[in-house]
Amino acid sequence: MRRKFLDDVSIVLAGAAGQGIQTIQHLLTHILKSEGYHVFAMKDVMSRVRGGVNSTEIRICSKRVSAYVDRMDLFLPLSPEAMKRYGHRITNDTLVIDEKKIPMSKIAKEFGSDIYKNIVAVGFILGMFKVEKNVIERFVKEYFKDKPKFIKNNLLAVGKGYHIGKLYSSKITIKIKKDKKIAKELYMDGSEAVALGAIAGGCNFVSSYPMSPSTGVLVNMAKHSKNFDVLVEQVEDEIAAVNMSLGAWYAGARGLVTTSGGGFDLMTEGLSLSGMIETPLVVHIAQRSGPATGLPTRTEQSDLDLALYAGHGEYPRIVLAPGDAEEAFYLTQRAMNLADKYQLPVLILTDQFLVDSFYNLPSLNPTKIKNKQYFVRTDKNYKRYKFTSSGISPRGLPGFGKGLVCVDSDEHYEDGHITEDHSIRNKMVEKRLRKLEPIKNEISPEFFGNSKYKTLVVSWGSTKGVVKEALEKLNKKGMSYLHFKQVWPLPNNTLNYLKKAKKIIVVENNATGQFAKLLRREFGIDSEGVLKYSGLPFSVEELVKKLK
Amino acid sequence: MRNYLDMKGCDIAWCPGCGNFGILKIVKEALYDLKIKPENLVLVSGIGQAAKTPHYLKTNLFNGLHGRALSPATGIKAVNPKLTVMVTSGDGDIYGEGGNHFIHTIRRNPNIVNLVHDNMIYGLTKGQASPTTLVGMKTPVQVSGVSEEPFNPLAVAIALDCSFVARINSGDIKQSKEILKKAIKHKGYALIDIFQPCPVFNKLNTFDWFKKNSYYLKNHDVTNKEKAFRKALETGKYPLGIFYINKKKKTFEENMGCKSEFYKKKLNVNKLKKVINSIV
Repeated sequence: MRRKFLDDVSIVLAGAAGQGIQTIQHLLTHILKSEGYHVFAMKDVMSRVRGGVNSTEIRICSKRVSAYVDRMDLFLPLSPEAMKRYGHRITNDTLVIDEKKIPMSKIAKEFGSDIYKNIVAVGFILGMFKVEKNVIERFVKEYFKDKPKFIKNNLLAVGKGYHIGKLYSSKITIKIKKDKKIAKELYMDGSEAVALGAIAGGCNFVSSYPMSPSTGVLVNMAKHSKNFDVLVEQVEDEIAAVNMSLGAWYAGARGLVTTSGGGFDLMTEGLSLSGMIETPLVVHIAQRSGPATGLPTRTEQSDLDLALYAGHGEYPRIVLAPGDAEEAFYLTQRAMNLADKYQLPVLILTDQFLVDSFYNLPSLNPTKIKNKQYFVRTDKNYKRYKFTSSGISPRGLPGFGKGLVCVDSDEHYEDGHITEDHSIRNKMVEKRLRKLEPIKNEISPEFFGNSKYKTLVVSWGSTKGVVKEALEKLNKKGMSYLHFKQVWPLPNNTLNYLKKAKKIIVVENNATGQFAKLLRREFGIDSEGVLKYSGLPFSVEELVKKLK
Repeated sequence: MRNYLDMKGCDIAWCPGCGNFGILKIVKEALYDLKIKPENLVLVSGIGQAAKTPHYLKTNLFNGLHGRALSPATGIKAVNPKLTVMVTSGDGDIYGEGGNHFIHTIRRNPNIVNLVHDNMIYGLTKGQASPTTLVGMKTPVQVSGVSEEPFNPLAVAIALDCSFVARINSGDIKQSKEILKKAIKHKGYALIDIFQPCPVFNKLNTFDWFKKNSYYLKNHDVTNKEKAFRKALETGKYPLGIFYINKKKKTFEENMGCKSEFYKKKLNVNKLKKVINSIV
């Protein structure tokens, strides 16, 4: 039977770490995007540097998608282990591209090494898509420009694969709508979007300790550091990271700390310090499966409770959770400004799925949100913690003005010096907590669907793409969707949305329904949970089944 | 002598006879002699009796978490290299809780002074052993006496090629002040371990004990790392003075290209737009 692909092809490439899966992903996605297809790619890698089985799923679509599917239209196993690990997803409709269809190993060996297998596969797939050969060659040359002695063999290998793929293309039909505009769109992963958002928000100081899956943000900040005069320091531990960032903010920088759940655990005392001394702080937490080391390279949304409750004592905080790369950019930019405006810690909760996935986006505009300067020049009588009706005291910087800027982790007087006076204590607690209320008007949830709904699907963070796609597939009239980007404090209009629904279903990538519990705590509203905690993101198919 | 750094009417929480009073005097006089203005000075501390020092003179201050003073101090100096940044904290704070930061701050070499008020005991928590308590001392927690060998901060610092290493005695204002002035003028991380009596909780290492069991280094070549290390290992009578100086080490701020205040930085939006639009 002749296979037809009209809207959407999912390609799964799997092989051992070191077999060049990333090279295939890079070339296929960049070339197919330049052809005018929407592309989305997500990694499923093991926590090891060599061996094991890693895979990448690439979706080539006529519409913008940002979700994972179980379906494998094309499956390319580069090792026997890959077949074992992903074989269960093969159906009668899966086109398995193995040595029987194309002798990749034999061809690779003609060039003296098995390492060329991946590039033969790239040629084969692009041949099936009937991409112009010179386009492919241009990208291959660009990709290997720093390794000139490999260019020739890679070009020959890709050409061989391409030739076979083109012959094979007579057996299938690929008619996915192309749009020339997509070729000009941006293409990046969630990590780079967070990093660029931070820079757009004026971030000029990064102190962090590497930890999967947050390291991508650190690497991206380092990559852009010279261009935008950002100090990037890899510190000795997460405790140093958060305390150094507080020092930097105190003296006039805009700092970013990037980490994952385990690293954030170590920072919690610093978070409490930020709350007490009212020095801004921005921490990006790329969640992974816990507890403890968990699944280091896999995804989960299980650190919401941690973000909400981390750190001793009572103080306001903001927790943001972007749904995709575009939101990651704008929310990180917002985070820098919100931290400065309200003088408190802002936590950005992403996860492995979001930061490691690649998206094509129409554009990112760093001037859409205005960066504001909030610090003030001090005078001789300056008091860092002056009582104000908003609870926000003008923030001075040491060395900027005639005043002294005193911050203290002890309870303090308005001038920042230690006190044990209980009436001052009461006033300071109230001053700090007053800052929370107006934040409820900052970032509203995003609503999708018909305003007359019986069932409201609710989610937060990176499940946005999969919920949207599943609901489009289901096309149920009485079912709408509410996506939260600001998960704390819950936005003021939240209850209006919840009240209208007869049934609320909260979709979360965790085992205990943390956001659902938060809604119950805040509004006394019960909901059903659709949960997943295997370490993988929801697939469109399974969510369709569960929301039916 | 009137000093513009004096805080009139501040309620000092130290016990009578505490070595911290001497240290406060040393700090204020050294800063006065160098004409450092309070608004251009930041004192950073952690938690402990020593960590209260910044509250008792006119200065900007960052009184943060136990053990963590060196991290914010590094951040502050990098972000505004024009500020004079000093860390004033205790032996428990810097050598115990903050040991990892101590090691790595020496390696990082920010241009800050680190005063460690070393009274060989925990004062604020009422008399437990500190990392520098001598073997055998009994405390309410170390009931059979301290069994671990004391931490040797100077030897550790010199082994890590710390750019300025000194030890002073809080009882000797005159000589200590001159050493502190050299540390402030020195470019790079300067460690000053300070012998300081705690009359309430440490009945062994008293003012007299420190005086009897120490001597000033004479004709000592501060550029000779091996000799400095050997001196740092001496324990019978402890040497005082500057042990080691390495002027060749680049500071953290130099390595990071920090020249002026970060708050003056402006984001180049057009460049950012260009970079974003090139990621296709």
